[in-house]
Amino acid sequence: MADVNRGNRPLSPFMLGQYYKLQLTSVTSILTRITGLSLLAGTVLVVWWFLAAATSPEAFAWADWALTSWLGDLVLFLSVWALWYHSLAGIRHLIWDTGRGLDLPTAYKLGWTVVIGSVVLAVLTAIIMLVWG
Amino acid sequence: MDYVTDRKRAEGLGSAKSGTAHHWSMTVTSWALIVLVPLFVFTFGPMLGKSHEAVLAYFARPFPAIVAALTLLVGMHHFRKGAQTAVEDYVHGGTGRFTIIAVTCVAYALAAAGLFAIAKIAL
Repeated sequence: MADVNRGNRPLSPFMLGQYYKLQLTSVTSILTRITGLSLLAGTVLVVWWFLAAATSPEAFAWADWALTSWLGDLVLFLSVWALWYHSLAGIRHLIWDTGRGLDLPTAYKLGWTVVIGSVVLAVLTAIIMLVWG
Repeated sequence: MDYVTDRKRAEGLGSAKSGTAHHWSMTVTSWALIVLVPLFVFTFGPMLGKSHEAVLAYFARPFPAIVAALTLLVGMHHFRKGAQTAVEDYVHGGTGRFTIIAVTCVAYALAAAGLFAIAKIAL
């Protein structure tokens, strides 16, 4: 009893896919973490852009070129999606923290809301930026 | 097989005692970011691709400057604590400790660099 396979067990999330079937609940959970950590990339770009703007017109021209290039656009669009995904998933956590929505049907509804909602919000944001820009 | 009891093995390995404070800190910054993130996206976003003069004039105004500064400050605090939890889950021992120190330094460095830039533009 005391020494059953101690310290040599596979741990989550490395169980996902190999031992556990991927489910909406586990995938939306790990995506919360991945989007949160990935937002570091967007933050670096934004801080660089602000620093460049504060430094000189030449530095700004360089940063502005990078952020508005197709690669910059792609990274920023993915960052905006990550931002909305992480925000909606965070709201889901705040709801769960009150003890509500933990049953499976509601958890699945919340999961799909986060996935579809984040894509819709990201596309809407991109459209609004195109119209304003 | 050793003869140490389960209780003996568990003694002294309790929680770090700061879990509640960590969770509450994430909750508070989450609520703040729900307000700040949309404000930041729709003030910062339209300025991308604008001229240098337009960007300097825009972020010299109090509202966009304060929103950008707050989002970066609260965001990096939230990032630091959230990334710490992720590191604690996946990276163990000395490497884990070192990663947490590195993540903390990066988060504060980004916040400081951004705040300096915003202040310089605004003042």
